[in-house]
Amino acid sequence: MRIVVPIKAVPDLVEEIELTADETGIDREFLAFVVSEWDAQALEEALLIKDANGAEVVAAGLASDPDIDQALYTAIAKGADAAVKITGGEGEPVLTGERAALLASYLASEPADLVVTGVQAADDLDGQLPPMLAARLGWPHVSVVVGIAATDGAITARQEFAGGRVHELAVRLPAVIGVQAARQAPRYAPISRVRQAMQAGGLREVAAEPSRGAPAPVVRRMFRPERTSRAEMLTGSTDDVAEAIVGLLRGRGLVKG
Amino acid sequence: MSNAVLVLAEHDGKQISDSTYELLGAARGLAAALGGTAEVALLGPRDLAGQLGGADVVVSVDHPALAQYLPQASEVALLAVVAERSPRLVLTTCATPGLDLAAALSVRWRAPLAAYVVALDVADSAVVATAQILGGKVLAELELPGEHGIAAVIGGAFPAAAGRGDRAPEIAEVTPPAELDELAMSLVQVTEPQGGDVDITTAELLVSVGRGIESEDNIELVQDLGDALGVPLSASRPVVDAGWLPKTRQVGKSGLTVKPKAYLAFGISGAPEHLEGMRDAELVIACNTDANAPIFDVAHYGTTADLFDLVPALTEKLDQ
Ligand SMILES: Cc1cc2nc3c(=O)[nH]c(=O)nc-3n(C[C@H](O)[C@H](O)[C@H](O)COP(=O)(O)OP(=O)(O)OC[C@H]3O[C@@H](n4cnc5c(N)ncnc54)[C@H](O)[C@@H]3O)c2cc1C
Ligand SMILES: Nc1ncnc2c1ncn2[C@@H]1O[C@H](COP(=O)(O)O)[C@@H](O)[C@H]1O
Repeated sequence: MRIVVPIKAVPDLVEEIELTADETGIDREFLAFVVSEWDAQALEEALLIKDANGAEVVAAGLASDPDIDQALYTAIAKGADAAVKITGGEGEPVLTGERAALLASYLASEPADLVVTGVQAADDLDGQLPPMLAARLGWPHVSVVVGIAATDGAITARQEFAGGRVHELAVRLPAVIGVQAARQAPRYAPISRVRQAMQAGGLREVAAEPSRGAPAPVVRRMFRPERTSRAEMLTGSTDDVAEAIVGLLRGRGLVKG
Repeated sequence: MSNAVLVLAEHDGKQISDSTYELLGAARGLAAALGGTAEVALLGPRDLAGQLGGADVVVSVDHPALAQYLPQASEVALLAVVAERSPRLVLTTCATPGLDLAAALSVRWRAPLAAYVVALDVADSAVVATAQILGGKVLAELELPGEHGIAAVIGGAFPAAAGRGDRAPEIAEVTPPAELDELAMSLVQVTEPQGGDVDITTAELLVSVGRGIESEDNIELVQDLGDALGVPLSASRPVVDAGWLPKTRQVGKSGLTVKPKAYLAFGISGAPEHLEGMRDAELVIACNTDANAPIFDVAHYGTTADLFDLVPALTEKLDQ
């Protein structure tokens, strides 16, 4: 079974987010980027399938994504068999629809049995990748998946709903799965192995020819949420803050003694 | 094209979800502004239409494959509905069915989609959605150009009351598409979550911990505070996914909804999916080193102290 895992670099939310001068986008120039956390979960799930059943796992990134080489080498260090960097399209694709077009073109040239990727990304504006990609490929898809088991020519995917109810679905391949969480926490790749993967090289570039997809929404402006009901900030030393919090709880009868 | 606003109903085969009424309330306002009707796509048992008295029209596709939610079945049925009704706007949730269907519909129906929507307006007959991105740190105003558009709406963005009603909506039946008999997926089994050692939904006070805790070893630190207060620990999703606390402690959209007298949040950013589960707590006190963290928008009191300093300080004060 060949499993392709598209991974995406997203702004690190720990950083201060700046808007572009015209306020219609995120200023990406000075931002730090990390692999989307749901894509890291998807990669783990793919590697778990490989561990259990044997599979060829291919990590796929867009060449225009910041720091994508590092992310792809990390995927190899974790156990992916190969990594591809997809080129083509114009500029940095901001919209999910553009990413889906590039990935669909890649998957037409190098078919997969299963595509496993993050259920969403923190900067999705026009929707999530798994259903968009599946709709372009004409494949079935399932999102919010918390575990996959592979059998002959099919998989069962555990789909999660509000409150933690789970539906187990049998899905014929090929299919696209949007992963919410892997069955276990993503494995760690030792720096030495990431470095080893980098030295070995082996990122393969593939040129994609994106075709047009769904019309996109038009960004009129971006802005920060108005802080109308902002929290009252407790100031002073750690001890002062602790004292204030204990006071608030005591005042409501929530501290015994 | 019509000027209808069509809501995708969510249900478990018996009950229409609260989120459906939130969407329907929004749809009624938008339909009035556009001069169209508020319609609901009911994919599944037709008798659920009785719960949709807030709609002008219930568009019904009834077929055995739709008895319980199945992504591909709902997708082909929804396509049949929009092909027949040609609405100006389709509203879905951002819960599991919304995450499955909105983006697929966007591609297959060739209509622009705005995801994670918190507000919707009609201005000069243009539909404008306000969407939340980057964990709630940035809002984007998105116009949905063209004849059709789709908005996937975050839970709690609109009041459910406005979507309820006791009218007798017109029932428009749509013939189930043939694809429903040849699906590539089937439902094997449904598992309900099991109850746990503690029930966080009944606690008066919760000590809640997020990814800021960094590692499993550090859980002990907050556990000590929980013990000092005599209350259980709850958590954000990543802490549960990592296996540091059981699923029964998860607060949020895919976990439990809590409404304690006080909720202490340590190292939780306040992503929309987390806020869905705790925003109605009577008192929220948040500790987060990032002064811009969205949790401070719902917290009553906040501090940018480091949790690794503050938590032991609190425990010490309580143990005195
Ligand atoms: C379909 C779906 C359903 C979901 N359901 C849920 C759900 O039910 N519940 C849920 O919680 N999430 C849910 N999520 C995930 C959600 O989107 C967020 O990823 C998650 O809530 C983030 O958790 P967090 O705040 O702990 O982590 P982060 O967002 O990583 O935040 C950690 C915070 O800790 C702060 N911090 C770091 N170090 C310190 C320190 N020393 N002292 C103080 N503060 C510190 C940081 O500033 C940061 O703000 C869901 C996502 C999807 C797609
Ligand atoms: N050993 C490593 N060296 C460098 N970056 C890493 C390493 N392990 C994980 N990462 C990165 O850390 C982030 C989280 O990855 P993960 O460990 O999969 O949760 C991603 O951006 C990874 O690319």
